[in-house]
Amino acid sequence: MSVKYTEDHEWIKVDGDIGIVGISPYAAKALGDVVYVELPEIGREVAKGDEAAVVESVKAASEVYAPVGGEVTEVNEKLEDAPETVNASADGDGWFLKMKIADASELDALMDEAAYKTYCDGL
Amino acid sequence: MSDLLKTKLHSKHVALGAKMVPFAGYDMPVQYPMGVMKEHVHTREKAGLFDVSHMGQCFIFADDGTFETAAKALEKLVPADIQSLQPGQQRYSQFLNDEGGILDDLMISRLGFEGHTHKLYLVVNAGCKSDDFMHLATYMPPGITIDVADDTLSLIALQGPKAVDVLSQLNPAVKDLTFMTSIDLPLTPTIWCHVSRSGYTGEDGYEISVKHDDVEELTELLLKYDDVEMIGLGARDSLRLEAGLCLYGHDIDKNVSPIEAGLFWSIQKHRRSAEAGYKGAARVAADIADKSTKRLVGIQPEGRAPAREHTEIQDMDGNTIGEITSGGFGPTAGAPVAMGYVARKFTKAGTPVQLIVRGKPRAATVAKMPFAPHNYFRG
Repeated sequence: MSVKYTEDHEWIKVDGDIGIVGISPYAAKALGDVVYVELPEIGREVAKGDEAAVVESVKAASEVYAPVGGEVTEVNEKLEDAPETVNASADGDGWFLKMKIADASELDALMDEAAYKTYCDGL
Repeated sequence: MSDLLKTKLHSKHVALGAKMVPFAGYDMPVQYPMGVMKEHVHTREKAGLFDVSHMGQCFIFADDGTFETAAKALEKLVPADIQSLQPGQQRYSQFLNDEGGILDDLMISRLGFEGHTHKLYLVVNAGCKSDDFMHLATYMPPGITIDVADDTLSLIALQGPKAVDVLSQLNPAVKDLTFMTSIDLPLTPTIWCHVSRSGYTGEDGYEISVKHDDVEELTELLLKYDDVEMIGLGARDSLRLEAGLCLYGHDIDKNVSPIEAGLFWSIQKHRRSAEAGYKGAARVAADIADKSTKRLVGIQPEGRAPAREHTEIQDMDGNTIGEITSGGFGPTAGAPVAMGYVARKFTKAGTPVQLIVRGKPRAATVAKMPFAPHNYFRG
């Protein structure tokens, strides 16, 4: 399973044609305490860069963008009652959604873990 | 960023790991490593220490040495009754323009210290202070001195149920203060302060005006208590929102009157008619008489989604009836909380409304404020 990152701090873990999407621990820390997560409907088609979910901290609302295009197949309903999971485990239990990746070649434009780390260090 | 002003505690905030943001021209701590949510809860349960030195402080007094002359002069600019203030007493009021719009909201105290009881002490918002001081300079009659203290005084606030236990260990006299009264006293043998039992969190606590040279020492002394943590502007905002307190530039501004903003309580009875003669008095009187005006109300969104500032408020038929002016998540309320203006006929608590969040209507009700009970010490 490979993990790729966007410049907007989403990650996507790829397993076959399914991608699990979340936000990075860096993003979760920057947002602060997450108090609400709005998840998409299952079956929704998103294009790369579309708003796929919304994450709200005490301070503000931020969009979560689809790292690649595809169809939403599952959402992490646990976040509806326990949005703080995003802070506790941004790269694990705090995942947002699963999607069926439409075009795997879109993954090529994303950063791998090392590149993302370098990117964050530069921010 | 280099043109941002810094309070005397700036390096302390940085050393404590605060996330600094520009606010009203100052580089201010929005949160510390603890985070907004925990800082909020800490303040409600123990004691939070806030640097509010960016706020404006000034003294007003008359050359004739009487309190009456200074009080009468200030009463031309604010709805509150100033002449009846007893030494040490504090009131909340607003500067109004001629149309009755709010230029700023402020705290006004009559000093209680012997030899200084003819003086008024004002605390105004950071973002408005230069305009406020210009306003005072423009409209105070000859014979009144306006002594701006920004160059000499810092301001910190210790808020929360443990504030009294902590501060009374420095000087037990602070225990006897009741809400909205103040005293001038030494908190250490060398640090004299103006201490008022007030604040903007809804909790019991104090605001402490202290010399620039002493503020760091006093802050470090207070932080030695286990119950005290530094709290940033993020939690200050969620605390005041839960307490139903207005934030200038958001819930109130020059386009609304104190009556529309629900600040009727801050205008003493004989100051409610146009004859009171202060700037904007005619508008205040008209708004009291004319029930058709919009009103600031609490809004309780259903579910967990916060409704932010500028969210449209609709009636159940989809007609726009107002807008959210402050909104977020209330850590103590355990739910989203908001306030906003609605047309007069929707102001009753329990009235169902809908909020348009990201294009979708969401259920909400008009709610009584505060969202978290006030814990003021009234003696």
